[in-house]
Amino acid sequence: MEGSHAVARAVTMCRPQVIAAYPITPQTHIVEALAEIVANCELDADYITVESEFSALSACLGASAAGSRVYSATTSQGLALMFEVCFNVAGMRQPVVMSIVNRALGAPLSIWNDHQDSISLRDSGWMQFYAEDNQEATDLHYIAYKVAEDHRVLLPSFVCFDGFILSHTYEPVDMLNQEQADSYLPPFKPYHRLDADDPISFGLFASPDYYQEFRYENDQALRSAQDVVASCGREFGEMFGRDYSGLVEAYRLDDADTAIVAMGSLCGTVKDAIDELRDAGKKVGLLKIRSFRPFPAEEIKSALSGVSRVAVLDKNISLGSKGAACLEIRDALYGSQIPVLGYVLALGGRDVRKKDIAAIVDNAEKGRGDIFYGLREELLK
Amino acid sequence: MALNLGCTAKPGNARDNKTGSWRVFKPEFIREKCTQCGMCTIVCPEGCISPDEDEFPVPDYDYCKGCGLCAEECPSEAIEMKKEEK
Repeated sequence: MEGSHAVARAVTMCRPQVIAAYPITPQTHIVEALAEIVANCELDADYITVESEFSALSACLGASAAGSRVYSATTSQGLALMFEVCFNVAGMRQPVVMSIVNRALGAPLSIWNDHQDSISLRDSGWMQFYAEDNQEATDLHYIAYKVAEDHRVLLPSFVCFDGFILSHTYEPVDMLNQEQADSYLPPFKPYHRLDADDPISFGLFASPDYYQEFRYENDQALRSAQDVVASCGREFGEMFGRDYSGLVEAYRLDDADTAIVAMGSLCGTVKDAIDELRDAGKKVGLLKIRSFRPFPAEEIKSALSGVSRVAVLDKNISLGSKGAACLEIRDALYGSQIPVLGYVLALGGRDVRKKDIAAIVDNAEKGRGDIFYGLREELLK
Repeated sequence: MALNLGCTAKPGNARDNKTGSWRVFKPEFIREKCTQCGMCTIVCPEGCISPDEDEFPVPDYDYCKGCGLCAEECPSEAIEMKKEEK
């Protein structure tokens, strides 16, 4: 199946009651497919057509507060337009699930993949899960709903997967049937909801005497979501054979000298490159970050405790500083003396191949990091 | 106000926000000068000045933001704004 269509089918199985989204490349196939599914009465949902992404997420926020399971999807500029609403959804603790089909942010205009869009919302309070392939992208939607709606969490969630690289790629995907999906994901039970007979307001004013405590509780909820992500991921594995209990996932990392840290579809390329490097006698392993928020700092610290160096691949850049994952890995390993080297790469859809991973490992072994990898020097004056 | 999850509240709870904490200058009412004209009660934007049992105006400092309108308008200069140390 095409990645977008697999995700649309998985979302259908999650039985959202309200869908509001605005089409934008490369997310369009998801919302087109869902519109068709709703029009064909295969899913009993209100599909709200809106005039912008701001309205899409606002409609979802209202519907969620009214007690509905809701879904949206967007990318890039669309997510940027949702910025304000994103913070409100998280602050009002509404378990909205939204697919982010990762794409670069303009300017310059680019429709191709990197992680700048969702990473730029890392401070918003949403959970962020990154998929390596379309199987993971579909499975993470069930898990995202289950975690988000858990009354110990009650936070919204992005399910991020790479635009075009996954969204427009055909690969086999094992889909749950409706019975399986229902047995894993029970109907949404709102913690509290808008009700004309018992009125309540959401997202109220907080004076300086209260605001900081609200933010503290929001932070605590996101931190404690780690255990719920692990248990919901484990339960998925017990029921359907694909285990997602780890917020990170190690590949040939046990005896590795150089650890590569990456997120999303890049991990597949890295795994193949590692196999070749291992055949050539280099001890290289991968630590894949599946959950960037909540950020499993302790899990990462223990997974990387035995390596000699860490090469972090970031498809994003905090301009004037470094890639987001590099900064957080360095923070997680603070005090350990393990060098953490950052590589910003694949911005705006530039392809990354196995030879690039080999070159990055080579750079890391020489202690050369905190660079943009693969710059075309001839273009730079 | 309580730390309800999702920043929620039932209707009619504006009183729970003790906006008096915003105050920098505090109005002090001098009874000896007060003529009980009621001007301060009328001009107070918070509506937080009401007469006591002897008909003298008394502010509710839980909600008085210290705007100073009462002191500005008082015809007998019976209200003084004093810097409040916290």
